[in-house]
Amino acid sequence: MSGSATSSRHSAAYWQRRAASIVIDGLVWGLLILMALPALWIVLTSVRNPIEINATPPVWIPRELTIEGFKPLFGQATTTTGSVPFHLYFRNSTIVAMGSTLLSLALGTMAGYAFSRFQFRGRNFLFLGLMLSRAVPGIALSLPLFLLFARLGLADKLWGLGLVYVAVNVPFTIWLMDGFFRELPRELSEAAEIDGCSHWQAFTQISLPLALPGLAASAIFAFLAAWNEFQLAVVLTRTIASKTAPVGLFDFTGQFTIDWRGMAALSVLMMIPAIIFVLAVQRNLVQGLTLGAVKD
Amino acid sequence: MNLSQVSASKAAAAVTVRRRQSARLPGRFISGMIAPSMLVILFVVVFPLVYSLYLSFTSYTLLKPVTNWVGLRNYIRLFSDDVFWLAFGNTLLYLFVTINLEYLFGLFLSQLLARTVRGQSILRTLLMIPMMFAPVLVGFQFRWFFNDQVGLVNNLLMQFGLISQTIPWLVERATAMFAVGVADIWMNTPVMTIILLAGTLSLPRELYEAAEVDGASGWQKFIHITYPLLAPFTTIAMTIRSLDVARGFDIVSIMTGGGPAHRTELLWTHVHRTAILDAKFALGSAMSYLTIIVTIGFTLYLFRQLLKARLVE
Repeated sequence: MSGSATSSRHSAAYWQRRAASIVIDGLVWGLLILMALPALWIVLTSVRNPIEINATPPVWIPRELTIEGFKPLFGQATTTTGSVPFHLYFRNSTIVAMGSTLLSLALGTMAGYAFSRFQFRGRNFLFLGLMLSRAVPGIALSLPLFLLFARLGLADKLWGLGLVYVAVNVPFTIWLMDGFFRELPRELSEAAEIDGCSHWQAFTQISLPLALPGLAASAIFAFLAAWNEFQLAVVLTRTIASKTAPVGLFDFTGQFTIDWRGMAALSVLMMIPAIIFVLAVQRNLVQGLTLGAVKD
Repeated sequence: MNLSQVSASKAAAAVTVRRRQSARLPGRFISGMIAPSMLVILFVVVFPLVYSLYLSFTSYTLLKPVTNWVGLRNYIRLFSDDVFWLAFGNTLLYLFVTINLEYLFGLFLSQLLARTVRGQSILRTLLMIPMMFAPVLVGFQFRWFFNDQVGLVNNLLMQFGLISQTIPWLVERATAMFAVGVADIWMNTPVMTIILLAGTLSLPRELYEAAEVDGASGWQKFIHITYPLLAPFTTIAMTIRSLDVARGFDIVSIMTGGGPAHRTELLWTHVHRTAILDAKFALGSAMSYLTIIVTIGFTLYLFRQLLKARLVE
């Protein structure tokens, strides 16, 4: 942005800075394209001719594009695999992810509000307990849940899995929402309560509308966690009645071979909702993640 | 009454209101707001954990589902289980190495990105791509890349003449751990980068300008300004990462399954093998208890800084 007069006066420093900026930009672009390559490779694999997929040396750019890989996902059996009930996996994933996201947002926002506004007895204990419950590894939970769900008739049921995802996502939602509510001036809801609003009204009518960015950030985390979850789903689902897309990926694995193209095709379709969600709330996502670091 | 008296009496009134509120908390409202979350956690997390604690003191297996009380036998057996301790060590090593490397890469990338002038928003979108991948998918993808016969990595190395024979990446312990680590780092570096980038961009410009006036080099500015001021963001990045430590299971179980011959066994894969594949449920439960303690210790360690700000005296 420096004019010709200044650039000639400080030409050495100017050109040095210019060169540094070009080098940095080139380096960043190079690194990030390298990081994005696995994603590009999946997309390319899904539209390749099978001969190219395991070719040595590798074929980088497909010579011809084909949508054959997507056909088994839409009910057409091919020679390599039978058809995969993709629409059912997709339906199950959508119901479980959407339902559990909505419920964990509702529960987590309510609890987050109470944690952020009131210093009640046992607050710290409950808060810490909730956060630690999020750290329990899925494998440790899946063992007893498997037995309990079988006994309670919840095994292989969509809402059983959904309930588990609510429990998995509620702590992080509480964490994020507690942070967002803390950013709001306390006086707002206090003034409303002095004016005769109930606590519930102050929450729903004053604080909640102001915390919408927080809700967006929480929603994306809850959705991605449920949409991509595997450890619990693989134990708690058995049939197409409740199997989700990540579990469905295993339909492409045989005892000794893997149908990489079919798997890539399912992966591409699986990522579409995630991409839409992430792009839609990209800004809120960063805000939600870094909340509380800038204060004090 | 003059203006200062008015504001003073208003402030006093506000103080009394606040005092009265803290004296009489709306207990029913608070419990009503928190109870639903607690109930779900109790049903899905606490109750099953109590149940598996009970099972860990019995001889329960999937083939013989009877709950004979055996006391500490499973735990004693565990302490003499070499594979368990191998997995234990592997897990600590794995978490230590991957999380630190992810932090370093994230820091490096964030510093570069903060200085990028061309196409920042496209770059940020590119950066988020790995976040959209299901961890299982990352596992399958990298298992394929590191496949010894048809894998991309071997293919590339051969094409450029760097190796003459294919490397069996997922067979030897060192190379298999390396491959799994690469997948883990690929998946988790973006979150670190995004948080550290947001932090870097929020730092006050004046500090850098003052440092430039004093003739500080780029490296000095980083060490004396950026790095210390990023501390709160580092804490957040580590915390968020620590919540996902167990996601490494998805990757490892797909890429190697802990094998061959326990070479890449982590606690999670070992629990899975024992409890599900070998059907020794009670032993697996005992193991998963020790796993929980490790994970929670890890989370508490990373979480303590952040919690300080959220817990009240």
